[in-house]
Amino acid sequence: MRPAEFEYHESRTVEEALSFLQLRGDEGVKVLAGGLSLVPMMKLRLAQPAHLVDITKIPTLSYIEESGNGGLRIGALTTYAAVSGSELVQKRCPILAEVTGILGDPQIRNVGTIGGNISNADPASDIGPMALALDVEMGIAGPQGRRTVKAADFYVDLFTTALDAGELLVEIVIPPLPSQTGFSYTKLNQRRADMGIVNAFSSVTLDGDIVKDVKVTVGAVAATPVRALQTEKILKGNVLTDELIVEAANAAADGIKPETDVHATAEYRTEMVKVLVKRTLTQAVKRAR
Amino acid sequence: MKKTITMTVNGQIMKAEVEPRTLLIDCLRDQLGLSGAKVGCVVGKCGACTIILNGLTVKSCMMFAVQADGAEIMTIEGLAGDGELHPMQQAFTDKSAVQCGFCTSGMVLTATQLAKDHPNASEEEIKDAIGGHICRCTGYVAIVDAIKEGCKRMSEQQG
Repeated sequence: MRPAEFEYHESRTVEEALSFLQLRGDEGVKVLAGGLSLVPMMKLRLAQPAHLVDITKIPTLSYIEESGNGGLRIGALTTYAAVSGSELVQKRCPILAEVTGILGDPQIRNVGTIGGNISNADPASDIGPMALALDVEMGIAGPQGRRTVKAADFYVDLFTTALDAGELLVEIVIPPLPSQTGFSYTKLNQRRADMGIVNAFSSVTLDGDIVKDVKVTVGAVAATPVRALQTEKILKGNVLTDELIVEAANAAADGIKPETDVHATAEYRTEMVKVLVKRTLTQAVKRAR
Repeated sequence: MKKTITMTVNGQIMKAEVEPRTLLIDCLRDQLGLSGAKVGCVVGKCGACTIILNGLTVKSCMMFAVQADGAEIMTIEGLAGDGELHPMQQAFTDKSAVQCGFCTSGMVLTATQLAKDHPNASEEEIKDAIGGHICRCTGYVAIVDAIKEGCKRMSEQQG
């Protein structure tokens, strides 16, 4: 199980990578970052690019900075280990440190990049549900310059994003987090390093016992991460009770039509959505208090 | 088209001529003769191919050799001193944490990294650290014991 032949190109700057994508894009080009998804796909011949553009040696794409308004800007090539170990991330966006700290295993976290995860748009991604719930913005570089796309518009379909063929994801922008808000992420998997059979993320903003704002997202049950809008509607503006959480969590399965695959049946996934959403809501509420 | 790469492997400068599609693990084993890192699942799940690249544990089946041009690599062959096992290797031996041995080289390298970052690693931290390794003999209890012991010996040696 080894990849087919390809030509290897190393880019040292974003401009160099972009001009290559522009020049040779129609011959079949893939961008190589951590490679944790791409390399196995090339071995299985599910991806057979003629050219590989290695961007891992572009020094300007690996950073974590405060943005002026209290949010964070993270370079696309920043590894999970760098994100989870960053004091700035732990302070400004602890849930991001938590998610990137439990994702995969140490070897994966040493290599895998946040931008690679987001560009690959695997429906079971650990980052996807969080990106959608936190309203993360993707900074994209292309031949026409820079543009930004919100997570809700970025995830288009299965392994498909709003990135055009000649574009590169260069930055992840985390908006400032609201106060009195708790966040929680969990996934169902067999081994701790595995991706989730179902993923769930909750963000709950409380005003006393009233749910001022709430966002609930689930992953691995559709082509892209999705919001559980019915769940949010049941909770928002209402007094929080255990019964209400159960009712809201059960509603998360409404309108979701997961696939059956080697990991789980559609029925099992549907049931587990309710369970995981309940767990994340309960923990998010506890953290918001 | 083949490319010549230069790496520092276990302290020695080594050159290899590789196709872009050559995996780093294949280059290390087949071209440089370092067969300590194993080829297990080849999809990044089992950890048998774990090496230390520029100071970090990585799975060498998940990257191309050309990417390691200029890198500093340590494989299990570089761990032992002059005729003497590394404390972590000795702990694995003493605690009978080696059965078929296929996962051992990766487990030991991951364990030495853990010991550097967390000399007093708890059982939970040890289990998390070896989350990227599979032991098909299922000898995990002895492996966790060995890592605990190895961490202790490594910190004693330094302290």
